[in-house]
Amino acid sequence: MEIISQHGTVLIVIAVLFGLYMTWGIGANDVANVMGTSVGSGAITIKTAIIIAAIFEFGGAALAGGHVTKTIRKGIIDPSGIADNPEILVFGMLAALLAAAIWLMVASNRGWPVSTTHSIVGALVGFAMAGIGFDAVKWGKIGQIAASWVVSPVLGGVIAVILMLSIRHLILNTDNPFKSAKRWGPVYVFLVGFIMALVTIFKGLKHLNLEFSGPMSFLLAAIFGVIIAAIGWVMINKVQVNEDADKEFHFASVEKVFTPMMIFTACSMAFAHGANDVANGVGPLAAVYGLIQSGGELAQKSEMPLWILVLGGGGIVLGLVTYGYKVMQTIGTKITELTPSRGFCATMAAAITVVLASRLGLPVSTTHIAVGGVIGVGLARGIGAIDLRVIGGIIVSWVVTLPVGGILAALIFFTLKGIFT
Amino acid sequence: MVMKSPISSLLGKSPFKPMQKHMQVVTDCAHLLPGLFEALCEKNFARINTVKDEIFAKEHEADEIKFDLQIHLPKSLLMPVARGDLIKLLSQQDLIAGVCQDIAGLLVQREMPVPDSMKDPLLTLVGQCVEACDKGLEIINHLDELVETGFRGRETERVEKLVSELNEIESKTDILAIDLAKILFEHEDEMKPVTVMFWYQLIQWIGRVADEAERVGNRLHLMMAR
Repeated sequence: MEIISQHGTVLIVIAVLFGLYMTWGIGANDVANVMGTSVGSGAITIKTAIIIAAIFEFGGAALAGGHVTKTIRKGIIDPSGIADNPEILVFGMLAALLAAAIWLMVASNRGWPVSTTHSIVGALVGFAMAGIGFDAVKWGKIGQIAASWVVSPVLGGVIAVILMLSIRHLILNTDNPFKSAKRWGPVYVFLVGFIMALVTIFKGLKHLNLEFSGPMSFLLAAIFGVIIAAIGWVMINKVQVNEDADKEFHFASVEKVFTPMMIFTACSMAFAHGANDVANGVGPLAAVYGLIQSGGELAQKSEMPLWILVLGGGGIVLGLVTYGYKVMQTIGTKITELTPSRGFCATMAAAITVVLASRLGLPVSTTHIAVGGVIGVGLARGIGAIDLRVIGGIIVSWVVTLPVGGILAALIFFTLKGIFT
Repeated sequence: MVMKSPISSLLGKSPFKPMQKHMQVVTDCAHLLPGLFEALCEKNFARINTVKDEIFAKEHEADEIKFDLQIHLPKSLLMPVARGDLIKLLSQQDLIAGVCQDIAGLLVQREMPVPDSMKDPLLTLVGQCVEACDKGLEIINHLDELVETGFRGRETERVEKLVSELNEIESKTDILAIDLAKILFEHEDEMKPVTVMFWYQLIQWIGRVADEAERVGNRLHLMMAR
C-alpha cells in the first residue's frame, strides 16, 4: 500500500508515457493495414487516408473504445490473490504495456505481421502467470478471446464473400452495370452508416452519459444511415461514364462509382480500429490509474475516465502521422490489383466485423480481419491473385507473439518490482 | 527501414494482364505471316529473311512473357481460375507463335516455288488464319472483364458468342486449306515431288495457326464452364 501512496504520481506518469508509447506503436503499425485496402484500390490518396484516419481513429477511440478497454483492464487478470499488494498489479500493467510496445516495434521492423492485440494479451497473461500465479489468469475469458481471433477473420471473410456476391448480382452482372451501380451505391453506403452507427449507439455510449433504448437506437442509426447515404448519393451522381476507359476495360466507369463509396468504408474502418485497438494501449493505463486513484482498492468500480480514451486516440493519431504514412507508401504504389469494388467489399466487411467485436468487448486483430476480408473477396473469385503465404506468416506471428510478449512482460515486471521495492 | 504491410504482401501480381499481353504479342507474330507469303510469291528472299527475323523476335518476346508469368505463379496463389487451367491456356497461346516460327523457318531453309494459281488462295488462307488469331485475342482481352464478373453472367455470354465466331472462322480456314491442297495436287506433275510434299506440309501448318487460335478460345470456354 505504501508504494502506491508514496509513488502514486510517478507511477501514473510512467503509465501515461508507456500508454502513449504503445498507442503510438499501434498507430504506426496498424494504419497501413487499416487504410491499406482503401489506398491500395486507388480510392483515396495517402494524404486523404491520413486525414481520415486521424479523425476517425480518434472518434472511434473516444466514442466506442470503452468496451474493449474494460476487457483489457479488468477482464484478463484476476487480482484477488494479491489484495494486500495491489502495487504488484500496477507493476504488472506497466510491464505488460512496455513489453507489448517493445515487441511490436521489434517485430514490425522485421516486417512480421504481428498483431498489437496479441502482443498486449500475451504480455498480460505472461505477467499474471509469473507475477501472481497460474490461477490469476481468467482462462475462460482468454479462451473466448483466442476463439475470437480465429472466428473474426473468418467472419470478415464470410461477410466479404456475401458483399461481393451481392454486388455482382445487383450491379456487375446486369444489363447496364453503370446505372445499377448508381442506383445501388447509396444503399450500400446506407448500410455502412447504419451498421456502424447502430453498433456504436446501442447501449454503447454510457461513458458519455448517453443511453438509448433499442428502438431509439435503431431509429437514430437509420437517420444517420440516411444522412450518410444522401451524401454518398450526391458524390456518386457526379461520376460520369468514361467511354475511352471503358473501351480498354468495360467496367472502368462502374468501378469509378465505387471510388466515392470507399471513402465511407475507409472512415468506418478507421473508426472501428480506433474503437478496438485503443484499448491495447490504454487498458493497462486505465487499470493503473484506477488503482492509484482508489488508493489500492482492487475492486475498481469507477467508470473509464474519458481523458484516457482521448489520450489513447491522440497517441494513435501521433503514430500514424509520424510513422504510419511511411508504411502506407509501400502499399499505395504497389497494389494495383485491387479494384475499388473489391476494396469496398473487403473494407466494409472488415469494418463491420471489427466494430461488432469492439461492441462485444473482444480485443481482435484488425490486421488479421482486414486480411480475412481480402481473402473472402478472393474466394468469391474477385481478385486476380492472392498470395496465401501471408496466412502462414500470420500463424507464425500468432505462435511467437504470445510467449515472447509474456516472457518479456515477466522480465520487465521483476525489474520494475526490484526498482520500487 | 520500412515496414511492410501484410495487406500488400497478400495481393500478388495478377496474371491476367500478362496473359493478355502474351496473346497480343502472339497475335502480332501471326500478323507477320501475310507479309512473309507475299514476299514468297514475289520471290523476294531478302524480305522473307527480314520477316522471318521479325517473327522469331516476336516468338522470343512471347516466350519471355510466358517465363516471367510462370515464375510469378507460385502454388500458394489463390486465383479466380485454377492455376493448371491458366498455365494450359498460356501454353496454348504460345503454340500459335510456335507454328508461325516453324512456317517462317521452313520458308528460309528451303526455296519454295509458288505456282501462280496458288498465290491468291494461299494469301486468302493466311489472311483467314490471322483473322482467327485476332478473334482469339479479342476473347483473351475479355479476361479482365471475366475476373470482374467472377466468370459468371452476361460477360460469359459475350465471350461464348466470340468463341463460336472463332470456331466459324476456323471452319472456313479448313475449307480454304482443302481447296488450296486441291490446287496444289493439280500442279503436282509440274513440280518436284519433294516440293509438293513440303507444300502439303506447309498448308497444314498454316491451317494449324487457326487451329491453335481456336483451341485458345475453347480453353477459355472450358474455364468458364467449371
